[in-house]
Amino acid sequence: MNSSRRVSAVASIVLLASMACCMVTLQAIDRLRTRPVIQQSLYLRSGKLLRRLSLGYTGLLADVYWTRAVQYFGYQHHRNSNDFRLLAPLLQITTELDPHLIPPYQFGANFLAQKPPNGAGMPNEALTLMKYGIEHNPDNWRLYYNLGFLYYTEFKDYAKAADAFTAGAKLPVTNGFMPVLAARMAQHAGEFDTARMLWYTTYQSINDGAIRDNAVKHLAALRVDEDITHLEELVQKYRAQMKRQPESIADLERVGFIHGMPTDPNGKPYRLAPDGRIEVEDSELIPYITKGSPSSNGSSANIASGTPTAP
Amino acid sequence: MNSRIAFVAFNTFREAVRDRVLYNLIAFALLISAGAILVGEISIDVERLVVVNLGLTAVSLFGVVIAIFIGIGLVSKEIEKKTLYTVLSRPVRRWEFVVGKFFGLTGTLIVNTFFMAIGVFLALLYVAHRLQPSDLSVLTALYFIVLELLIVVALALFFSSFSTPLMSAVFTFALFVIGSLAEDLRGFARIISGFTGIVASGMAYLVPNFSAFNIINQAAHGDAVPGRMILYNTLYALLYSAMAISGAVLIFQRRNLK
Repeated sequence: MNSSRRVSAVASIVLLASMACCMVTLQAIDRLRTRPVIQQSLYLRSGKLLRRLSLGYTGLLADVYWTRAVQYFGYQHHRNSNDFRLLAPLLQITTELDPHLIPPYQFGANFLAQKPPNGAGMPNEALTLMKYGIEHNPDNWRLYYNLGFLYYTEFKDYAKAADAFTAGAKLPVTNGFMPVLAARMAQHAGEFDTARMLWYTTYQSINDGAIRDNAVKHLAALRVDEDITHLEELVQKYRAQMKRQPESIADLERVGFIHGMPTDPNGKPYRLAPDGRIEVEDSELIPYITKGSPSSNGSSANIASGTPTAP
Repeated sequence: MNSRIAFVAFNTFREAVRDRVLYNLIAFALLISAGAILVGEISIDVERLVVVNLGLTAVSLFGVVIAIFIGIGLVSKEIEKKTLYTVLSRPVRRWEFVVGKFFGLTGTLIVNTFFMAIGVFLALLYVAHRLQPSDLSVLTALYFIVLELLIVVALALFFSSFSTPLMSAVFTFALFVIGSLAEDLRGFARIISGFTGIVASGMAYLVPNFSAFNIINQAAHGDAVPGRMILYNTLYALLYSAMAISGAVLIFQRRNLK
């Protein structure tokens, strides 16, 4: 081997060895450092400042911040954290950088408002975001829908929800459900069908997988809440007619109140608790239910989760 | 050390310290350290903090500029002055030339940082009237800055082994910026799965991790730095520099200098 080749061989070995050792050392440094990682830090909180710093490349920067918001939420959710404090500023920065980027508004309406662990529990920030979105995108029916949705699910302000749906329904391009939702707000705001219609509209009008998945879970929870409300009414009816407590749901079937054993969305049968309440087998598998979990006291469903008070 | 490497290193050092631009940069850094006293006075209860923060930041940033400035001229300057041919026509091998350059530039950076550090300590002394044991963390921060500069100069040498001075400066500065955000990069890589995650992790580990060297804020608050951290950072800086210099040697060996 000539001298030049020998130098190249040694340099290659040193390069590879030092590269490998670098990675090991870096991991050791990471273990020592307790500083929070990216998800916990936000260097600049002003969208206006970032707008100037971006030198006009606001669209790209908005995309970066939007990705960061999604990654942040996903990461915190994945590690079962209830701390989503950066979600609001991240979405705010994203929309200030690009006010016409619609997905952050939709994401905010769903996950900024919901209570932890399913969201950040910041309905007021979500409301501000929606109003900002409408201000900059007055022709987008989705934002009016999201605003109405927020008033309905988080603030229980059916009048304002109706106003938002009505405004959205008047747009040249809108969704067929909007006028129906606007009308229902006046008379049937607290009904299961109204909530179902809202979540179904969310499901069919949005492409984002996380939001659609959230809507599916809410629809499942609505079904459970409605089933349990109905079954508990039957238990009361049984008690009134038979002058005794039914021992199981099968008793309701035996007297012809129901046909077949009712099951939850996971295919597991409901069960009757000794105190007359109906419970699901595993409430952990069905998030957002307001009835049927062992800890729930059987009081009325909670509209904050999108589930109306039982009619 | 090989006598030929020592010869190149010594000459590189002598050449670098003659450069007047370096003195200007050092003077500017010292001016900022002095300015920190004024800034500290118009704040409330944060004089020491401002002096340490501003002083060390100036040392770090000007150090990086100096490191890039002196590191990018490996080949171009030597070709321009026709000194490269004189050196290589002697029994000096190309790898010895690169390694000698690295040592010479490292020596220059250490001396520069030493002078800038004196400025910071004088400003600190002026503000606090006496030095405290917690000021040792300032010394550690300065040591970490030297380690950081070691990597920057190694990278500048690496890029200058195959690129023009301007492009080498751009590449090195870009890597410095990326490396300063390396922790965030690894944070992102950790939450991405699949093939993209593997690529992102690889990239995150390949770029220099400058964020671990930045303990300026800790030093300003007088927080002690664990001994193991000093050891690991030293090891990392040496290994990364070795990696960059090996790359530079590999390329420089094959480079046509005609």
